[in-house]
Amino acid sequence: MSAVLPVEVPDPTTRNHLRQGEKRLEAPAKRTKKRLTSRGATVAALLIAVLWTVPTFGLFVSSFRPAQEVRTTGWWTLFQNWGLTLDNYSQVLQAGNSQLNLAGAFINSIAITLPATLLPLIIASLAAYAFAWIDFRGKNVLFIAVFALQIVPLQMALVPLLKFFSQGSIFGIPVVTSISDAGGYSQVWIAHTMFALPLAIYLLHNFVSEIPADVIEAARVDGAGHGQIFFRIVLPLTMPAIASFAIFQFLWVWNDLLVALIFADGAVAPMTKLLAEITGTRGQDWHLLTAGAFISILVPLLVFFSLQRYFVRGLLAGSTKG
Amino acid sequence: MSAFLSWLAGLPALAQVPIIIFAFVALVGAILFFVEIAPRKGTLYTVIRLAVCVLAPMLILLAAGSYWWAAAAAAVLGGVFFIVDYRSRVGAGYLFQLFGFLSPAILLLMIGLVIPTIQTTVQAFMNSRGTAFIGFDNFIWVFTQPEAIRTVLNTIVWVLIAPLVSTIAGLAYAVFIDKSRGEKYFKIMVFMPMAISFVGASIIWRFVYTARPASQNQIGLLNQVVVWFGGQPVDFLANEPWNTVFLIIVLIWVQTGFAMVVLSAAIKGVPAEQLEAAELDGTNPWQKFTNVTVPGIRSALIVVLTTISIASLKVFDIVRTMTAGANDTSVIANEMYTQFKNFEQGRSAAFAVILFLLVLPIVIYNARQIQKQREIR
Repeated sequence: MSAVLPVEVPDPTTRNHLRQGEKRLEAPAKRTKKRLTSRGATVAALLIAVLWTVPTFGLFVSSFRPAQEVRTTGWWTLFQNWGLTLDNYSQVLQAGNSQLNLAGAFINSIAITLPATLLPLIIASLAAYAFAWIDFRGKNVLFIAVFALQIVPLQMALVPLLKFFSQGSIFGIPVVTSISDAGGYSQVWIAHTMFALPLAIYLLHNFVSEIPADVIEAARVDGAGHGQIFFRIVLPLTMPAIASFAIFQFLWVWNDLLVALIFADGAVAPMTKLLAEITGTRGQDWHLLTAGAFISILVPLLVFFSLQRYFVRGLLAGSTKG
Repeated sequence: MSAFLSWLAGLPALAQVPIIIFAFVALVGAILFFVEIAPRKGTLYTVIRLAVCVLAPMLILLAAGSYWWAAAAAAVLGGVFFIVDYRSRVGAGYLFQLFGFLSPAILLLMIGLVIPTIQTTVQAFMNSRGTAFIGFDNFIWVFTQPEAIRTVLNTIVWVLIAPLVSTIAGLAYAVFIDKSRGEKYFKIMVFMPMAISFVGASIIWRFVYTARPASQNQIGLLNQVVVWFGGQPVDFLANEPWNTVFLIIVLIWVQTGFAMVVLSAAIKGVPAEQLEAAELDGTNPWQKFTNVTVPGIRSALIVVLTTISIASLKVFDIVRTMTAGANDTSVIANEMYTQFKNFEQGRSAAFAVILFLLVLPIVIYNARQIQKQREIR
């Protein structure tokens, strides 16, 4: 803090005069300066903002227009060629392949995303606790190894992992029977859990290790073991970090296509996969594609607008994942 | 577990979610319970520890549908672990706790990332069925086939254009809206695409790019603009080499928001004294920007550039959804998947390894920069 305090001017009229004088002197200069630097900038900013929003807006408008109109006129002529309908939505929810329609894929997306968000979080917070608050030989080496696993692109792991799921063998030695026989979502849950761990452990470790040692020590003196400390102290204290990462992981899994293409086939495919497929097979049915795309981006947008702060934090933290 | 998983797969989709989560939480609860009582002294607790050490690995393997001999081996290993733990210098039960916390993560990481990475690396030197060692043939194939070379070149074009343009656009936007009225809403508008999946973004942009014959009304916005300016409609996604650029625009559209948010925060961190000092020295706004602001946000700029570079190297969804690699737009990640689908596992693995080698230096550099930034703060 500065040691110099402003001089007290006791008389209110003097103070007023002074203030107005200041204003009168500075005001014109300030205004011109602000105008010069910001008018062009504001226009440019507006232009970029519009440019960035128009594509989404066009999709949104088109998804409500009748199929015939979408096929023959641009969405910007909405007022000349008026007509709004919900038919596209009811139609696209029935669209898909022989095994699955988009409504089913929406359910699949939910059924894949929720466990694939929670499971890695719980496992990672256990590991993060051990790395932060249990001393053991080789701790740093092991932690750096886990951290370094982030550099492995998913592409390196996909095919062998798929083989492991179908044959259950590691380096040719059979360990378990096939998991893929079970069907269902288990493969894609497990795959997403595995791929989330390096980043999750690293991020949560940063937060878990910032808990003051006194707090942990006090609990230990009171007779709590590691199990209780983790459950009663560490988990509640790191909730904000866990929430940020949960949102990031939720969106990541919801928006993922690559892992879904490999591990979620046929009747358990999520929306991204089915939409990519519909784009390939019915690429010119724009009334369906626009409605389908809007359904798929609805959930992320809701999350985005309702939990913005956590969302930005989570996305920034996990931006290199993949 | 196979029996459990098959039973689970037979249930309605949304019923599976609470069941798997509940089962999992129960499992973790059991781990925490045993960890909690592990360090306690007395015969009873020792017996409990022994029972858990021997039975837990065996039961887990049996539940996962394993073979009897594997489960028996796991039980023996568990017994050995109990003895090691019992005679541990830091006290019985210590290793037991450590193992309870770490083993789920380490086990999954081994199976899911470490072992597959090794296998893919080996696979890259094997033939398409993985039966014979063929040396560098897969890599030679990649760098001699015109199409495969094109794939690698396209990826390089992605890395050269996307990070640079999105960073510049993000930086310009962050500067323009800095301290302006409604800054928050300006930010939301450009950041919003980050929430949208690449598949969704691809459909949005395919719609912008659609072309209709010149005799009809255009329904794609971009072609309408072309027509308004008196041009002929263009099929943007078919004409190479420019189609790759039009795909890159989608990634730029998504990533600019990321660049803008990070850089905006960095700009607000530039000391006001430096800016004022520059103003007193009579600099114009542009000089102030290049000589004070940019050096002030240098590390944030590097993080943004490298992060988007990594994203563009790994880009897959956009290419897959918009063109599926047709018309010479393929990239490494897409080709890796295509070769895998064509049962060319060796070549697929070779592409994965090339991708890994390309990403590796950037990721390491990026991690170092983030570390540095954290130290400064």
